[in-house]
Amino acid sequence: MSENLLEVKGLEKHFPITKGLFKRQVGAVRAVDGIDIEVKAGETLGLVGESGCGKSTTGRLFTRILEPTGGTITFEGEDISHKSVTQLRPLRRDVQMIFQDPYSSLNPRHTVGSIISAPLQIQNIPTPQGLKKAVQELLELVGLNPEHYNRYPHEFSGGQRQRIGIARALALRPKLIIADEPVSALDVSIQAQVVNLLDDLQREFDLTYVFIAHDLSVVRHISDRVAVMYLGKVVEVAERDDLYRNPRHPYTVALMSAVPVPDPVRRDRAQRDRVLLTGDVPSPINPPSGCRFRTRCWKAQDICATEEPPLVTRLDDPASHLTACHFPVVEDEAVAGRRPAATPA
Amino acid sequence: MSIGATNARPFLEIKDLNVRFETDDGIVQAVTGSTFSLEKGKTLGIVGESGSGKSVTSLAVLGLHRTRSNAKVSGEIWLDDEELVSATDEQVRKLRGGKMAMIFQDPLSAMHPYFTVGSQIVEAYRVHNPGVNKKVARERAIDMLARVGIPQPERRFNDYAHQFSGGMRQRAMIAMALVNDPALLIADEPTTALDVTVQAQILDLIRDLQEEFGSAVIMITHDLGVVAELADDVLVMYGGKVIEKGPAVDVFQQPQHPYTWGLLGSMPRLDREVRDRLNPVKGSPPSLINLPNGCAFHPRCPYAGRNGDRSFTEVPELRGDIHKVACHLPAEERTKIFQQEVLPNL
Repeated sequence: MSENLLEVKGLEKHFPITKGLFKRQVGAVRAVDGIDIEVKAGETLGLVGESGCGKSTTGRLFTRILEPTGGTITFEGEDISHKSVTQLRPLRRDVQMIFQDPYSSLNPRHTVGSIISAPLQIQNIPTPQGLKKAVQELLELVGLNPEHYNRYPHEFSGGQRQRIGIARALALRPKLIIADEPVSALDVSIQAQVVNLLDDLQREFDLTYVFIAHDLSVVRHISDRVAVMYLGKVVEVAERDDLYRNPRHPYTVALMSAVPVPDPVRRDRAQRDRVLLTGDVPSPINPPSGCRFRTRCWKAQDICATEEPPLVTRLDDPASHLTACHFPVVEDEAVAGRRPAATPA
Repeated sequence: MSIGATNARPFLEIKDLNVRFETDDGIVQAVTGSTFSLEKGKTLGIVGESGSGKSVTSLAVLGLHRTRSNAKVSGEIWLDDEELVSATDEQVRKLRGGKMAMIFQDPLSAMHPYFTVGSQIVEAYRVHNPGVNKKVARERAIDMLARVGIPQPERRFNDYAHQFSGGMRQRAMIAMALVNDPALLIADEPTTALDVTVQAQILDLIRDLQEEFGSAVIMITHDLGVVAELADDVLVMYGGKVIEKGPAVDVFQQPQHPYTWGLLGSMPRLDREVRDRLNPVKGSPPSLINLPNGCAFHPRCPYAGRNGDRSFTEVPELRGDIHKVACHLPAEERTKIFQQEVLPNL
């Protein structure tokens, strides 16, 4: 568990904003702005955050679908940050991706058979019993009828399509799978089926997952370790139970308290304990100085505007629990009553 | 205030509502025999997966199927002693946007990209208050934008929908829906497209505004957490039918239908210990063109056939006092299964 499969240092991705005929660069969207994190072999690393926090861009950098503008990505000890498409081809065997939208991530003109066999053909993987047999085995593995290899994506439901995407990702027997919101487009009952499937496959094939999602409950269920992102930065990372029991960063606290509890009896308490953030996430083109969360943080002081807090172990946390905050939240701290509006009687 | 208050009839009463669509592939039975009611100041949560008929029910209340020639609506919809299914288009148009209003899931497509947000709110107001001049209507719109928590409302009045962030856009749409003080507000997945922190803000806003205006709210969502936050009563829909209904506390604490058990078992919860595995409903929702015979849920139900073949042949009726359920399992057996097999795994 302790060996690092993937390591990133100072990872940055800035998308240029250009203007005029000559595409003069006038600024940059700093989607990912300096991330250090590692993915250990065999674990599931959850990556959570709200839209625009850079979690998807991070996933795409991990798979090198995108090239970083700064920092390094090391996979199994090898620097892959700036490799060319041809140089990356061997890497594709080991790192695969599952996408969010099961409708746009499958080519509607290709049969399921050709979608799932494409990686095998591109990589010249020998299939001793024939390509068709290999595809049928994969279909069976993800719980689809192997007879359906000749059908087209539109003949399947959303959940079944997501299974096709998973079969395609599994075809090359990768070591690492980056799953970008793999269940958020699915109905609740189907979501749970796919989560269970991912669990089973991980056990069977010793897979390592990076699970990107905005749903904190699903991330908690599936992850061993969780990293919370805000505006292009990792603000907190810890072992799963540690993070959910003792969230340190005010943003993590706010995020967790905002999740609706499916229990009407506890409704009043949940509402009272809720930290309501005001305003919107600032623009990643021009992020706030110092700590990026300070503009929405109830604990912010002068130092937060001038000095960026490093991602380090705070208070009496274990070494695996890192927080980037000058004033981390302590246990039993009265975070309630931070609601700008009056609390309900 | 309303005539309905002195009458026995509830503020909103829906009786045996059926909605069918004729398509090239066959007849889509989107809603079958839906019956429920709602009082002012109360919130009804309608839960279900895609294709369960929850949105179609609400669109039928607003009369939005009238323009579709392939839609057939039957049954009765009583809003404050007015029957809407048999009403004329003109009567319904007067109510829509006035006495009853709707918040949609995606505010970007529900708002016109070509007109400023302010002018759209002004229009919504003046349609129902023809005598009002532009200046008064503008003030009213700015007041509404301020009420839903949009900063600098005078300036934002002149902005277009695309210049708003997702949360602000949803607020603007709520402002538009509330500009005529609707007595009935229907919110169809109002927070599904939003981040959790923004969702919390919007749910808070809807709750505060409901207290202020005393409207009746129908909250349609697939998220059981959202329902638990807001609803007084809950309807669970499956395959176009109401399969369970009751006070929110009862439905969440002692759910009666195996499908409701499945929904609750499907979702990981932050307020519980982590389970090893989730317990989803097997299979996938039925096609509304070819609904299974008998109980529509029977192909996915682990308990179908326990009491003979009735599940496969006979449609279960919605039975019970306050907490109703449509299931063939005898009540004692259901309670036993829930206590022994379902509850320990939730």
